[in-house]
Amino acid sequence: MKSHTPPALLKLTNLKKSFQSMEILSGIDLEVMPGDRIAILGASGSGKSTLLRCINLLEFPSSGSIALDGQLLGKATTSTATRTYGQAELPLIRQRIGMVFQQFNLFPHMTAGENVMEGLCTVKGWGKPQARTKAEEELERVGLQDKFEAYPSRLSGGQKQRVAIARALAMEPELLLFDEPTSALDPELVGEVLRTIRQLAQEGRTMLLVTHEIGFAYHFANRVLFLADGVIYEQGTPEDVLKNPKKEKTQTFLARHREFNF
Amino acid sequence: MIHYRWNFAPVWDNLDVLAVGALGTLQLFAICAALGLSLGLFVGWVRYSGSKLPSLLAISFIEFFRNTPVLVQILWFYYALPLLINVDIKPMMAAILGISLNSAAFSAEIYRGGIQSIEKGQWEGAKALGMTLSQALRRVVFPQAFRRMLPALTNRMIEIFKMTTLASAVAYVELLQQGKLLSSLNFNPIETYTVVAIVFFLCLLPLVQATYFLERRLGRSDQ
Repeated sequence: MKSHTPPALLKLTNLKKSFQSMEILSGIDLEVMPGDRIAILGASGSGKSTLLRCINLLEFPSSGSIALDGQLLGKATTSTATRTYGQAELPLIRQRIGMVFQQFNLFPHMTAGENVMEGLCTVKGWGKPQARTKAEEELERVGLQDKFEAYPSRLSGGQKQRVAIARALAMEPELLLFDEPTSALDPELVGEVLRTIRQLAQEGRTMLLVTHEIGFAYHFANRVLFLADGVIYEQGTPEDVLKNPKKEKTQTFLARHREFNF
Repeated sequence: MIHYRWNFAPVWDNLDVLAVGALGTLQLFAICAALGLSLGLFVGWVRYSGSKLPSLLAISFIEFFRNTPVLVQILWFYYALPLLINVDIKPMMAAILGISLNSAAFSAEIYRGGIQSIEKGQWEGAKALGMTLSQALRRVVFPQAFRRMLPALTNRMIEIFKMTTLASAVAYVELLQQGKLLSSLNFNPIETYTVVAIVFFLCLLPLVQATYFLERRLGRSDQ
């Protein structure tokens, strides 16, 4: 029977993360299937961003494990719960996981096109002409083919974020992480970025999205996780979690977000 | 001001003496700038690298050479070191050691400050693409940091150029040393030292202009 279920692309087992004495994640278990679009919601400080950052190891989990495509990341240490991650292994893992940041993190000394080419040339060792073609394709996908030569300082926030998305896509990651991709944008620029993300969803990409855009999460996701107190407090389909939340904290959170809707 | 009749003729007649000095100055400058700035990069990197003992050694090096006068260092390398290790040290070598090590200590701090001034997001953006730490440093962080370091590095280069005059204390043949020689031969300190100062000025001006040009070029992505 087991052979019929495809293996999880990403599997987190009892993942914990503490900063000094503060425990941010207190045991996350999660399986992400290929093609899943998972929206992660929660109050600020609930550990949403930390969870994403642990997945591509920008933060090292304090304990628990991450498996990518059935393969456990890192090495076991003497204490069975903790794993260590070697400097040689990290780049190989991160190449497979694209990340889009709240603050874009574009490289300001490179043009939009060079930003997209950078990973291909430096990390994958592609030649310039080949990388350029790929970068042009990816910029076109996010609707910025005419901005190839523009430096980030000449782009709007929404354009910057779309370049950042193109940069992540160019590496052809198996999994895409979005860490509040619209939170740093002026309201009128949010739409263009969300449209781009929706288009990626239609392409069948596997994505985890931390967001405060509840309406978008409802339409975008096939699963919604609500984080509270460092655990997945409630999860299910968008219909279940966002329209009919069963648990108190989810209800309070959603009510607060609806407060000013009309 | 007393009435003084300027007479540059003896200086013009001995311009070749000054030219020899200028050549010595340029040589010493080129060597000390190259050694000082590259050794500084290394020391700054070791300090930043995070491993405890090397980092402590780098900090000790920086603090020691930043907090002792270059003139004392040159004299120490010239007079004291040969007695300790029983090897003859030439004036040029003593000057190179003193000026380079001092400049390395100062420039290490410039590199470190420049690299630390780059926001964490740039490292993360690079890492998230799958870059190794050294790729992230080389491709993403250092080029941006270099722009911020450039004014401070320019000042350091100017400082190194001027510090070469300290080599005259151990009779290394450079511009000031030759100036002293001429002035005591011709009893014309006013004209000689005026010319020496002007030659320094004329040497440094293009250097400073070149770095302004470089700053503008590197600043293109801001426009």
